[in-house]
Amino acid sequence: MFTNFPFFPEQASAQAAQVDGIYFFMVAITAFFSLLIAALVVLFAIKYRRRHKDEVGAAIHGSLALELLWTVIPFMITMVMFAWGVKVFYEMYRPPAGAMEVYVVGKQWMWKAQHMDGLREINELHVPIGRPVKLIMGSEDVLHSFYIPAFRVKADVIPGRYNVLWFTATKPGRYHLFCAEYCGTNHSGMIGWVYAMEPTEFQAWLGGGTASDTPAAAGEKLFQSQGCVACHRQGAALQGPLLTSVFGSTVTLQSGATVVADEAYIRESIVNPQAKIVAGFQPIMPTFQGLVTEEQLLQLIAYVKSLSTPGGSGGHGAAPPPGKN
Amino acid sequence: METLNYINNGQGLASWLLTKDHKRIALLYLASITFFFFLGGLFAFMIRVELLTPAGDVMTADTYNKMFTMHGVVMVFFFLIPSIPAVLGNFLIPIMIGAKDLAFPRINLLSWYIYVLGGLFTLTAALSGGVDTGWTFYTPYSTAAANSHVITAALGVFITGFSSILTGLNFIVTVHRMRAPGLTWFRLPLFVWAHYATSLIMILGTPVIAITVLLVAAERMLHMGIFDPALGGDPVLFQHLFWFYSHPAVYIMILPAMGVISEIVQAFSRKNIFGYSFIAFSSLAIAIIGFLVWGHHIFVAGQSVYAGMIFSFLSFVVAIPSAIKVFNWTATIYKGSVRLDSPMLYAFGFLGLFTIGGLTGLFLAAMGLDIHMHDTYFVVAHFHYIMVGGAIMGYLGGLHYWWPKITGRLYPEGWAKFAALMVFVGFNLTFFPQFVAGYLGMPRRYHAYPDEFQVLNVASTLGASVLSVGYVLPMVYFLWSIFAGEKSPADPWGAKGLEWETPSPPPTENFYVTPIVTHGTHQYAPSKEVGIV
Amino acid sequence: MSKGRAQADEYYPGPVHQPPVHIAGTHVEHTHGHHPKLQHHFDTMAQQIEASTLGMWVFLVTEIMFFGGLFMCYLVYRTASPEGFAEASHHLNVTWGAVNTIVLIVSSLTMALGVRAAQTSAPPKTQVAWIVATMALGAAFLGVKAIEYTDKFTHHLVPGPYFKWEGKHPAAAEMFYSLYFCMTGLHALHMVIGLGIMMVIGIMAWRRQFDADYYTPVEVSGLYWHFVDIVWIFLFPLLYLIGGHFTE
Repeated sequence: MFTNFPFFPEQASAQAAQVDGIYFFMVAITAFFSLLIAALVVLFAIKYRRRHKDEVGAAIHGSLALELLWTVIPFMITMVMFAWGVKVFYEMYRPPAGAMEVYVVGKQWMWKAQHMDGLREINELHVPIGRPVKLIMGSEDVLHSFYIPAFRVKADVIPGRYNVLWFTATKPGRYHLFCAEYCGTNHSGMIGWVYAMEPTEFQAWLGGGTASDTPAAAGEKLFQSQGCVACHRQGAALQGPLLTSVFGSTVTLQSGATVVADEAYIRESIVNPQAKIVAGFQPIMPTFQGLVTEEQLLQLIAYVKSLSTPGGSGGHGAAPPPGKN
Repeated sequence: METLNYINNGQGLASWLLTKDHKRIALLYLASITFFFFLGGLFAFMIRVELLTPAGDVMTADTYNKMFTMHGVVMVFFFLIPSIPAVLGNFLIPIMIGAKDLAFPRINLLSWYIYVLGGLFTLTAALSGGVDTGWTFYTPYSTAAANSHVITAALGVFITGFSSILTGLNFIVTVHRMRAPGLTWFRLPLFVWAHYATSLIMILGTPVIAITVLLVAAERMLHMGIFDPALGGDPVLFQHLFWFYSHPAVYIMILPAMGVISEIVQAFSRKNIFGYSFIAFSSLAIAIIGFLVWGHHIFVAGQSVYAGMIFSFLSFVVAIPSAIKVFNWTATIYKGSVRLDSPMLYAFGFLGLFTIGGLTGLFLAAMGLDIHMHDTYFVVAHFHYIMVGGAIMGYLGGLHYWWPKITGRLYPEGWAKFAALMVFVGFNLTFFPQFVAGYLGMPRRYHAYPDEFQVLNVASTLGASVLSVGYVLPMVYFLWSIFAGEKSPADPWGAKGLEWETPSPPPTENFYVTPIVTHGTHQYAPSKEVGIV
Repeated sequence: MSKGRAQADEYYPGPVHQPPVHIAGTHVEHTHGHHPKLQHHFDTMAQQIEASTLGMWVFLVTEIMFFGGLFMCYLVYRTASPEGFAEASHHLNVTWGAVNTIVLIVSSLTMALGVRAAQTSAPPKTQVAWIVATMALGAAFLGVKAIEYTDKFTHHLVPGPYFKWEGKHPAAAEMFYSLYFCMTGLHALHMVIGLGIMMVIGIMAWRRQFDADYYTPVEVSGLYWHFVDIVWIFLFPLLYLIGGHFTE
């Protein structure tokens, strides 16, 4: 049982080895200094033990040289740790372009994942190895945290906003998925598995499941059923901004400020439309807070994304080109 | 005819419950803090019993969640934060500065009653079904989703906070205005410096947690949506407000213990401290920089990466003064005249365990590493190394060191050494496996866990059993010593400091004649031989 | 801070107060050569006065941090919804707010005059008069607040299940009013406590307890009162004057 005892999880992502690198460095420093202090203390206690009742210690008050030494050296060591930590974090927090996107919603007490082609999973996530995967995550209710120890990635999932987590799996296998932010009764039951697969196997898995609508298709249906199409189309009586090419573009607001139309902006436009009014439009859009779930919001976002022609975004969101809408 | 001292000067319950004597108030605190320590320990015991097996089979998930919540609330707010300041600080600070009492004796008594009132609220929450939000009360779970006695518990914390504020206020004014003639700032014992720095944190930080828990209670009671995302509220704002206090709070817990260690290391090496001003200024530096690092609890919640970098940088910087202290304490023992009496054993334990605890904090300060380690057992192990391996060792060491002064009795040294050993061994066995479990990915606050973590959890529970024996033993022999222990002289250790120049136990007014201080504290060697290495 | 080693430092200006040695079972009388209000753990009145004043200043620092947490929440949410907050603020009655501001400033004046009266050993009637004037103004402030709160209740502006907002930013408005009630409510609570303190001070003044040698309680109560006033000086513009009520 003890011969093969692991002290760290498998390194199953491209980042894992980098994270472990800092870890081992810091373990070495910790071990060194702890043992140093322990050894010195024990050594001094023995060497300078009191030999007779009235003995007192030497009258030494201090040493500026020593103080500087043990201030400067620890400071330099900590700065190395700081810089290294920042470097690894920086590389881990920005997903590369072209990453495969998966939407994730956490709710008490399960994880729901939706792939872009429609496949849904509960408490499981299948991903291909060798390709960056980007999770766009929201919460239905309280704080949760999506944690895959083998990949060394974690991100909190916060109601009212989106957090992004990305990784590149490198080793096929089955890895723990945990919720890492206390969320109530079944917090320790909000766990599952991440399956990293060879690309061909992953394709096979994608094809084999019963796919429901892709998020974009589901979003298009919602766009109709929720009545969005009534205003967000050419020739509407109460004209709203047209959404072709809006995703990823820079939108100018009534206040003069500009904002990039990303997932968070689209979400806010649906649940709190008065927060940012597009220049040249009236503030008349009603809120859909409470009328659509987090999952449905992600589907609507997927639909809006699908309206952006690839490589052609950057146009003004409000300019109405003749088109599908 | 027995000499009049603060213990026998006035008999009867009223003379204790209405006392203005800081020494009696310290004993009132000692009694109530000990009660809460064992209550918090009981909750810990329940946690460790449940975690013996991977399945959640001893209690329901809800009950388990209440156990870890109440363990945290009781231990942090009702044991660790008051412990050394309210017991040892209250008792010793006036004596160490040659004063008759603190600046505001009635406020001192009031602070104890406020503490008890807050404790009653929390006890009520516990007895009427418990609270299950975690001691951190994160929203929106605590304000919208929890089905437990959040408001009562939050109010208990709110009320007790004022006890902390009043204690800090009292200490600050006392140190500024009540020092004996000749006692300049740089002749103060380091125990006093440590408590002064602690008091700065108490008065600046505690009001922020007060308003924060009040807002949580208001949101829950009145459905005002300050942290509610549905109303545009921000759950992460709660985290910022909460940690703005709760990070400095951990320095409230450790700085007094560091003050105790400074005293013990000098007394049992019979040598004045190495680097006095560096240790004094380090205490202040920790207090100030400690207010600037709270964001390291929020790296993973989507805080701006640039804000994160600043917090990470400062979190590394705040470790440096602590490192300076550890080196200075070690250097104090060099060429000392060392005796390994039980207080010194606790101090040694502190030196090793605080070093490990402090350095493991740096792991968490490194942003890239924190992603993996946040909310795992690594964090749990880190803070227990500091709070138990550090603060509680300091508290026990101080209790042992000053017990003869406080009670006028000697405790049995053999049993004390044995208990110290049990604490050290039990502690390491309990918490070291948790570092490993954490890096392997075991999240915290888990009622049930995957099988592969069981070995580590069993080891941890075994350690906790040993540790609990180590904690119960002092209760037993301290109580015994009050009735049957050998009487103590004024200075049983041959130590320096104003507290050793007055009888054990001291008279009510501390000194028969106000001392006049002519030289620095804790000089053991004859002054002719003063030299610089 | 650091003086010559053998000299007493500045915090010890007077003679040592030597307590008598107590023998169990006997009671020793000792004549008091000092002010009757000198508490026995202090050596001199000067020390006692300095300690009391410093204590109140430290307490006020804690109050700054207490209100500070709320001001932080306000800062965060106003930055997130500036227009929403401006719209919500317009419903507040600036006139009442301004009246309250004047009332409190005048009450600080009467308070300061009350401290001065005690400091100059003015007749107790004068001292009590200033304190009563301060209390009256404080009560007037609370009266106005009561009027304002009633208005909020009737217009469904209390956050919670009955909140109703007709304007463009309902979520921001509800947030604004949550903060409004928390901030002004906490402030009003401090005013009530202040009135209680004034009552005690007033009674002590009427009993001729304050003169030039001993007026510390009046002074530290004055500090508290001024602090509560200053908090309002911040609350008024932040809550009532967003977006310029006078330009529309």
